[in-house]
Amino acid sequence: MKFMLTALLANVLVMTAAPAQEALQRYEVVGDAIPSSLTGVPGDAERGRAIVLKRENTCLLCHSGPFPDERFQGDLSPNLAGAGARWSEGQLRLRLVDASRLNPATIMPSYYRVDGLTRVGATWRGKPILTAEQIEDAVAYLTTLRQ
Amino acid sequence: MTSGWARLRRLAPAAAVLAAMAIVTASAEIPLNERRSGYADLGRETKAMQDDDTANPGMLAVLDGETLWSAKAGSAGRSCADCHGDARASMKGVSARYPAFDAASGRPVNIEQRINLCREERQQAKPLAYESRDMLALSAFVGLQSRGQPIAPPDDARLEPFRDAGRETYNRRQGQLNLACGHCHDDNRGQRLAGIVIPQAHPTGYPLYRLEWQSVGSLQRRLRNCLIGMRAEHYAYGAPEYVELETYLMWRARGMPMETPAVRP
Repeated sequence: MKFMLTALLANVLVMTAAPAQEALQRYEVVGDAIPSSLTGVPGDAERGRAIVLKRENTCLLCHSGPFPDERFQGDLSPNLAGAGARWSEGQLRLRLVDASRLNPATIMPSYYRVDGLTRVGATWRGKPILTAEQIEDAVAYLTTLRQ
Repeated sequence: MTSGWARLRRLAPAAAVLAAMAIVTASAEIPLNERRSGYADLGRETKAMQDDDTANPGMLAVLDGETLWSAKAGSAGRSCADCHGDARASMKGVSARYPAFDAASGRPVNIEQRINLCREERQQAKPLAYESRDMLALSAFVGLQSRGQPIAPPDDARLEPFRDAGRETYNRRQGQLNLACGHCHDDNRGQRLAGIVIPQAHPTGYPLYRLEWQSVGSLQRRLRNCLIGMRAEHYAYGAPEYVELETYLMWRARGMPMETPAVRP
């Protein structure tokens, strides 16, 4: 009986120790935009720049941008320079969150979507590429790219 | 009412098939006369490394393979050479024809699996593991005998369903990044991914020496790397999906000259 209780307790501990799956924030699409912040607060443009530049976040695999010091940038996709002039904040947000809503054939990954994907590796399963906070920071940064 | 339900239930599988088809968005295949080997995009020094047998690190595997070719193995005490003789004659063009259909298993087998079938059936030896030194050596040595030969997939109707399955896998979006092979290697070939020219993915030179690996590796190792890059679950070495992909990729590269052992960045 004592053994069973210990086992039960151990189970509970393991379950609480496992990181809780972050549920995705709900959002509303209006036209071709998500007008409201996913987190309810504005992002931080400085942190957003670091997010866009960080290799694991994959932006610069396909895009180039106004980053003269970055040697390895892609040219599969539009240059990020001027993105903030071409698109509104809400339009940028939807394009990061789930660009496939606008163009099902796009190669732009959906950075804030976990459903409708096939054979996602165990390390990444059930997780969006970026968190809601990271999306907001990146959006805040991209809106500053007006030239 | 019941008949309505019954009809719906009959239609459900068809709907599932349609949904699956929607996921597979086939890229346009590269016109035959626009195909180019990854060799064409190499820097001058890497080209020189591949071209000079005394500088090509893949030749070390080939030399190991040459020794293994004549070494007796397994409880049959037989070497490859005991049955096949001089590889320069008997193995000429063989790697250029694989994967080929294996009647016993009813599936295509790649050159590594063919080597292991020989080991198990003729030599009564243990199969060699994928990416093991001996497997890479033997497949590199056998592959060298096709160097300069055009890739020539067998004209064998039994291969077709497997080639089609490989094409479907190639065009299926996978992983957290939700990309298909064709998105890069067909649609964006020649563009720069993180500054690096995207090759057309013609498996002309496997097993090959990759500077990034600092070693020789098989086509399946390369496919595995790409799947991890897409953040997709990779398949186990020797999985049917890989052999189907190989079957499709070799057909896609038909007529292109073999380069084994190639050198790539």
